[in-house]
Amino acid sequence: MPPVAPRSGDAIFANVERVNAELFTLTYGAIVRQLLTDLEEVEEVNKQLDQMGYNIGIRLIDEFLAKSNVSRCNDFRETTDVIAKVGFKMFLGVTASVTNWDADGTCCSIVLEDNPLVDFVELPDNCQGLYYCNILSGVIRGALDMVSMKTEVTWLRDVLRGDDVFELQVKLLKHVPEEYPYKDDE
Amino acid sequence: MVREVSESCVDSLLTEMVSCYCNRFYVNKPELAARRIEAIGYQVGHQLSERYTMERPRFTDHLEAIKFICKDFWSELFKKQIDNLKTNHRGTFVLQDNKFRWLARMSVDPSTDKVSSVEDNTSPTAENKAAQSMSMHLYFPCGIIRGALSNLGIPCAVSADISNLPACSFVVRIKAG
Repeated sequence: MPPVAPRSGDAIFANVERVNAELFTLTYGAIVRQLLTDLEEVEEVNKQLDQMGYNIGIRLIDEFLAKSNVSRCNDFRETTDVIAKVGFKMFLGVTASVTNWDADGTCCSIVLEDNPLVDFVELPDNCQGLYYCNILSGVIRGALDMVSMKTEVTWLRDVLRGDDVFELQVKLLKHVPEEYPYKDDE
Repeated sequence: MVREVSESCVDSLLTEMVSCYCNRFYVNKPELAARRIEAIGYQVGHQLSERYTMERPRFTDHLEAIKFICKDFWSELFKKQIDNLKTNHRGTFVLQDNKFRWLARMSVDPSTDKVSSVEDNTSPTAENKAAQSMSMHLYFPCGIIRGALSNLGIPCAVSADISNLPACSFVVRIKAG
């Protein structure tokens, strides 16, 4: 039997190499600021942050699978639950929750109350329209892509835009079943 | 308690930032990519140094400030101090980290250890590319050091020397003021 997926990432986070979050937060902030200077258009910055996240996600999934011992999730519900409870904890040291499921179980929200990316961040007025944390949605989309789930990830609430929490809507567009190079009866 | 994140977060972010500037924005203009990567490091160093020196008296001379970078500053970033500090007493300081973390975790073919020999090749071989990508990664910590010192009122130029991998030496040249 495959190992049961852990219900929290606490133990994994305690065992991975960790660094001062200030370095991470300030580096991300400096990248966003440099992108705003270089690209000028806020829309283009959103796009690039998402792309960077996607590229990170398609690589990070390997580390996630290796360290979390998650082998297979039965459905999309389990998948998002593992992302929120194990994934966020294991990398960012915070836990997210999953809510607002639709009836057929293909769309939900990941809610993040504590987000190290935005420590010390305040958006200036000329950055309206910027999805500052867009790298996160890219990471989730990229990671899920690697386990055959095509998703669309959008921000519904954003603390930097005056909301009380961060809310990411994750919508499952297509689940490409894994193909095995062999048949069951062989 | 100090807030922490997994080291892979920082590694992934730096790798992607370098790749974004080198492979997407400035494909054939490595010097422009380098300048942007250094600028990002500069901002980070400037802000970190501001935070880490808030509650301490001003440094009385350059050596004091450099020692702060070698000890406290480096420890906050890498959980270790700079291993060796040399100076010519005329404004040049060499800070050596015997096992620089951001290079130790880069997957580089052992045959590229001698970066100097790669320069002989005229075609962009895999080795050459690896060496170039490594030097691109180094603009970020160079920028961090320059930003940190600049925040302490010390204008300088910083370069990196990786002829003794996995050791990495940062050469700080203080500008005569």
